[in-house]
Amino acid sequence: MLHIVNKSAAERSSLESCLRMATKGSAVLLIEDAVYAATNGNAAAAKIQAAAADLKIYALGPDLAARGMAGRVLDGVNVVDYGGFVDLVAEHSNCQSWL
Amino acid sequence: MQFGILVNEGPYTHQASDTAYLFARTAIEKGHTVPRVFFYHDGVNNSTRLATPPQDDRNVSARWSKLAADHGVDLVVCVAAAQRRGINDDVLAPGFRISGLGQLVEMGIQYDRLVTFGD
Amino acid sequence: MSDMDDMDDGSGIVKKFMFLNRKAPHGTVYALEGLEVVLITAAFDQDVSMVFTDDGVYQLMKGIDSKGIEVKDFSKTYRALEGYDIEKLYVDQASMDARGLTEDDLIVDVTVLAVDEMANLMAEQDVVISF
Repeated sequence: MLHIVNKSAAERSSLESCLRMATKGSAVLLIEDAVYAATNGNAAAAKIQAAAADLKIYALGPDLAARGMAGRVLDGVNVVDYGGFVDLVAEHSNCQSWL
Repeated sequence: MQFGILVNEGPYTHQASDTAYLFARTAIEKGHTVPRVFFYHDGVNNSTRLATPPQDDRNVSARWSKLAADHGVDLVVCVAAAQRRGINDDVLAPGFRISGLGQLVEMGIQYDRLVTFGD
Repeated sequence: MSDMDDMDDGSGIVKKFMFLNRKAPHGTVYALEGLEVVLITAAFDQDVSMVFTDDGVYQLMKGIDSKGIEVKDFSKTYRALEGYDIEKLYVDQASMDARGLTEDDLIVDVTVLAVDEMANLMAEQDVVISF
């Protein structure tokens, strides 16, 4: 399953809930304000890096750039563009948005 | 592959409609089809022709209309949500139409993927 | 509701639809308008589950009285779901525990799931609609 999270982990519990429920081998794509969780030094960094052991973690590049975060991405997070976003949805048989 | 898109939020206040639009446009560029986009909750507010945003920024409603015109995307606004929010046929931008929630359910049944964009 | 009987899309396709409810009632519209989607979906003979996690569990509270905020009380509609053959209502155990709730606090019968069970349920769905 592809899990899509769009809100900042500091604002909303959606990332935390997603990581709790995503089964091993799933993908998690961070878009919009959720991309902050994929940046160096943020409070959710350890959680993301721990999750990366069992899940494939992606962040949407244009949203990182729009927030001045393109150069601060955590190791282990895969940056994709909108084309990559479309591919992720196509490649996974189902998807779920955590709003 | 056929992608369905659900937009739960209105223009400008949330990024949902922008992200949904860019996703839809990219999917089409990559050779997929986006037969229908369904607008629910405050998402119905994307359908107004009355918006006059500043010229130096994107026009959210107009670019959905353009996507519909260029690629045949069916832009459906939920009737119940529209009625609550004062959206009726008189204010619809080109390419949008008002219909029932059954149109959303059909997308889930018939298309390969359904992606929700919201708050 | 006889007009609902004609709403199936005629394709014969049956998919697993899951409606993800994570928000409390009344503070936002999502609980009410989410429920409206589920009621319409009932006419399409799909395999429907409703999942309540995080603050979504609050939607099912007994004793809701919205007169003071002058907003329509839609809580009894959850009890009508059974009549529409929407019977798979799942609630996250951890979300209930974190809010001091038990099944006795809820207005309808639900299946309470542990996190692994809920995770597996989500993973096997064809279509997930989030509000």
